[in-house]
Amino acid sequence: MEFNAIYVIVVREFKKFIRERSRLFSAIARPLLWLFIVGGGMSRIVPAGEGVSYIQFIFPGILGLTILFSSIFSSISIIWDKEFGFMKEILVAPVSRFSVVVGKATSGMIISTIQAVIVLGLFPFIGLQLSFVQFFSAVLICALLGFTIASFGILLASYYESYESFSVIMNFIVMPMFFLSGAMYPVKLLPSVLKIAAKANPLTYGIDALRNVILPMETGRMSSDFSIYSDVLIIIAIAVVFVFVGGKAFERKQ
Amino acid sequence: MKIITVKNLVKTFGHIRAVDDISFDVEEGSIFGFLGPNGAGKTTTINILCTLLAPTSGHASLNGHDCNKESAEVRKSIGIVFQDSSLDKDLTARENLLFHAYLYNVDKSERKKRIGDALSFVDLEDRADDLVRKFSGGMKRRLEVARGLIHRPKVLFLDEPTLGLDPQSRANLWEFITELPRKHAVTIFMTTHYMEEAEACDNIAVIDKGKIIALGSPTDLKKIIGGDIIYIKTDDNKKAMSDIKKVIEADVSEKDGEIYLSSLKGDLCIPVIIREIGERVISVRMQRPTLNDVFLKLTGKEIRDETATPEDNIKEAVRSYRRRH
Ligand SMILES: Nc1ncnc2c1ncn2[C@@H]1O[C@H](COP(=O)(O)OP(=O)(O)OP(=O)(O)O)[C@@H](O)[C@H]1O
Ligand SMILES: [Mg+2]
Repeated sequence: MEFNAIYVIVVREFKKFIRERSRLFSAIARPLLWLFIVGGGMSRIVPAGEGVSYIQFIFPGILGLTILFSSIFSSISIIWDKEFGFMKEILVAPVSRFSVVVGKATSGMIISTIQAVIVLGLFPFIGLQLSFVQFFSAVLICALLGFTIASFGILLASYYESYESFSVIMNFIVMPMFFLSGAMYPVKLLPSVLKIAAKANPLTYGIDALRNVILPMETGRMSSDFSIYSDVLIIIAIAVVFVFVGGKAFERKQ
Repeated sequence: MKIITVKNLVKTFGHIRAVDDISFDVEEGSIFGFLGPNGAGKTTTINILCTLLAPTSGHASLNGHDCNKESAEVRKSIGIVFQDSSLDKDLTARENLLFHAYLYNVDKSERKKRIGDALSFVDLEDRADDLVRKFSGGMKRRLEVARGLIHRPKVLFLDEPTLGLDPQSRANLWEFITELPRKHAVTIFMTTHYMEEAEACDNIAVIDKGKIIALGSPTDLKKIIGGDIIYIKTDDNKKAMSDIKKVIEADVSEKDGEIYLSSLKGDLCIPVIIREIGERVISVRMQRPTLNDVFLKLTGKEIRDETATPEDNIKEAVRSYRRRH
């Protein structure tokens, strides 16, 4: 592993993120809209269960949404890099494709975790009480999920050449991933076909892990679907596979 | 010593034979030029040499390493300025260079110094901390050349380095490029559409439709074309012609009221001729052989003018759109 290369890929991404204020703004505004408008509105018709209101129920899902968008956005920048030529500078350097993928995924992880922490900080406003351990574990899970989703985005980006594909990815991959992740409704209540799709979705396990940590409940309508251990193991396993496959996808020459 | 050897290299894209069985060597420390029209296969060849493309068949090796199988070794020995800019326009000049230095694992103690030297070498010190998107085309090109040299490569590839520059910046950049082998002990492999640029190369390969149609030094190539053509008008062409033949060994003939002769070193011939028939000369003009002439001679067709493809225009439009928003 080339640590200098990984380091500089992360630093570049971070600098660009800081310089692009509008990106940070929309990254924070999106989850707020979902949380307070959708969550706030739906709370009126979805009754609270086991002392958990709907807005509290979707809070882990909104964290997942934050990570999903910012991680994907960060790794999709690879398509921009290809389009505007910078990718060649990286590909012609004596750096393994594996390090490039790890560098890009780490960038996505850091940027999306920062945003998730900002959103997570809103917990008192929706009537939640989190201990320090809960908060800290949630941040760790966010980071892990951020890395996994970013590596998934890199794999996607390695198959697309131009920015036209960006809206395709957003509409046909990212949005369905969000709706089929248990963010808005428990996976166990989904019809069986959708349940299969949700179980194939990495985001499902991230959101479920966050729900395990933020809303610990053994049973009930609003409780998590899987155990925290299986959630975390599955996220890590998926990340390893994506990084490996993504590295291979970059390695191939025409 | 041969730093690059290419043998029977072929690259096909579907039914297009972009590179069609070419072979050549490049001597270490020399400037090698690839001369050809749009779509000749210049960039494709560079992409194979710099490990971005795998050849369909044939061999290419650089600094003793196979370009396809030993990518990592080859990548360490090369620097490259791509045809299309590969700078990050949202970073400053210095940040672009710093990125490069980390990517190539330049020693920590060396990094600052090399970047400073590179910036002063291309005269961009005062703009070092400006975003690259604010740079002119010529500044970007120079920055890219500087970046390509940061890690001290053995071979520097330049794919149409002067493309899109005005004549003055072209001349400046060109002067700078020709000094590189001496100043940085680097071999230059470059592509161009321009005969004047090719003239400064030690060796040239003329390539068309994926095939090398001529290979040699500029003097060798000019011999194919017949060198410079000098046109002279005098008050008595018949007498002047026999006088010129006394001082210069060349075929001299008359056409449309003008004497014309071809010579490999036209610029040196003119003074000799003037000294001999001075007062009688009404006008003198000289035509340098152009790439067009080489082409006309070798392929029987004109070289297409260098124009941007529709795709390039779209890309440029999108770029300027993104710049404005
Ligand atoms: N990735 C690709 N897929 C399909 N065809 C390609 C690809 N790259 C190049 N070609 C084709 O190969 C041929 C040679 O292209 P190349 O870019 O090497 O030309 P060039 O000599 O660099 O031209 P120019 O002076 O315009 O840059 C062209 O016909 C081009 O359309
Ligand atoms: Mg080209």
